Amino acid sequence: MSAKLSRRKLITTGLAAAAGASGLAVAARIASRYGLIPPDHRGIYGVGETLTYATQRLLTSHYSLAREFSRSDISSVAPVNGEPPEYEPYLRQFAEGFASWRLTIDGLVARPGTFSLEDLKRLPSRSQITHLACEEGWSFIAQWTGVPLFYFLNLVGVLPQAKYVVFFAFDKKFDSLDMFDAWHPQTLLAYSMNGQDLPKRHGAPLRVRVPRQLGFKSKKYLTRITITDTVKNIGSGQGSSSPDKGYSWYGGI
Amino acid sequence: MADSMYLPGLAMRASHRLDSARFSALVRITHWVTTVSFLGLLVSGFAIFIAHPRLYWGETGGLGTPYVLAFPLPFMKGGPSGWGRSLHFLSAWVCILTGVLYVLSGIFTRHLRTNLLPEKADLTWKSLWRAASNHLHLRRPTEEDSLNYNVLQRLSYLTVIFVFFPLLIWTGFAMSPAIVSILPGTVTLLGGQETARTIHFFVANFVILFFFVHIAMVCLAGFTTRVGAMITGHRTAKEERP
Repeated sequence: MSAKLSRRKLITTGLAAAAGASGLAVAARIASRYGLIPPDHRGIYGVGETLTYATQRLLTSHYSLAREFSRSDISSVAPVNGEPPEYEPYLRQFAEGFASWRLTIDGLVARPGTFSLEDLKRLPSRSQITHLACEEGWSFIAQWTGVPLFYFLNLVGVLPQAKYVVFFAFDKKFDSLDMFDAWHPQTLLAYSMNGQDLPKRHGAPLRVRVPRQLGFKSKKYLTRITITDTVKNIGSGQGSSSPDKGYSWYGGI
Repeated sequence: MADSMYLPGLAMRASHRLDSARFSALVRITHWVTTVSFLGLLVSGFAIFIAHPRLYWGETGGLGTPYVLAFPLPFMKGGPSGWGRSLHFLSAWVCILTGVLYVLSGIFTRHLRTNLLPEKADLTWKSLWRAASNHLHLRRPTEEDSLNYNVLQRLSYLTVIFVFFPLLIWTGFAMSPAIVSILPGTVTLLGGQETARTIHFFVANFVILFFFVHIAMVCLAGFTTRVGAMITGHRTAKEERP
């Protein structure tokens, strides 16, 4: 009786385990196919990162917008985290008003090239007053003006196999967005904050603004944008410099 | 009450009842999985908090703006809040999925109705006062008493499950810019993202308070017996009795 029971138990447990394992494998393939796996999916924390990223990718859409505020909501204090790059090329270009600064765009695009600050300012612009929350817990509201990233991507002709937009900064740090956030109407290449040129501490001359993610995803001090189908060969292959320091790649939280 | 245990007939009946399963397997498993995920949430929540140990009200707040509460702690930058958030979300996923399983099965097996919903007769001031007085006098519950949850236990468990945890999830969602883009109401109903953070902090503290009182009560009632019952599902009390 007990031998029979345990055999039955063994068979059902075995079947359940096999079904579970193949179910997981199928789920992983589907998830990967639909871009639901973040670059930093490895390790024990990767489980949580993947669940959060996949769920939010399935729940949010191109039409879900970050809240926008009125002028009277703009914060009088706008704190920052981290200091501007201290090394010579940046300081020199800042002193020159970024006259010789160029934004390089390359990778999986039909028309790679460079853009000066004046070139970018001549493109169609969008102004939005949004909330920026730092991962530490503080926050502020400000108005950002810049070129919608989707406009810029169309201008340079993004190829269909593109999966990530990688942003490189003066300080050699980098970060990336998936195409989902890259095509989002509120993602800006911002050169202005509260009606002024972007202040030094807020990322002069150009930063990206991704209002549906935490502040650290809005990379400052941009110099180069690369469109790619994989981030495996950039840095440690986790999509940004942040996971190396313990911060997740996806910041939609 | 304890005297009656010397009556042979009653003692027989009592020991029979003490032998029967106290907690179902599902309650025991979800209890310990929740315990582990709660500790993960607690440690990581603190790690996130010490990056900026200051609380604000409204939409925004930061150094140089008015605050609700400032803790005399250093601002720990670069690191703890990073792994803290990863651990917080991993634990939150485990905690929420376990919680959903517990509540659904609790409705299905009538565990919530039978064991947690207070009986009407117990919801009088007199009855509540008696239970509170027993707790405040640190009266050790008899084995008979501890076969059932008393009214204060029932109310506190229900509050944690159906008020504190949902509030923590809601205020947690209100801090997520991606979720707010689909459900702006999560934050506008509260009056702002920093308000959500502050409420999240205080509700978390209520849960921590519950955690310590819960452990204190378990110790009072007999740590080994109670923890043993929550692990094996059975009373081991019979052997301990003279």
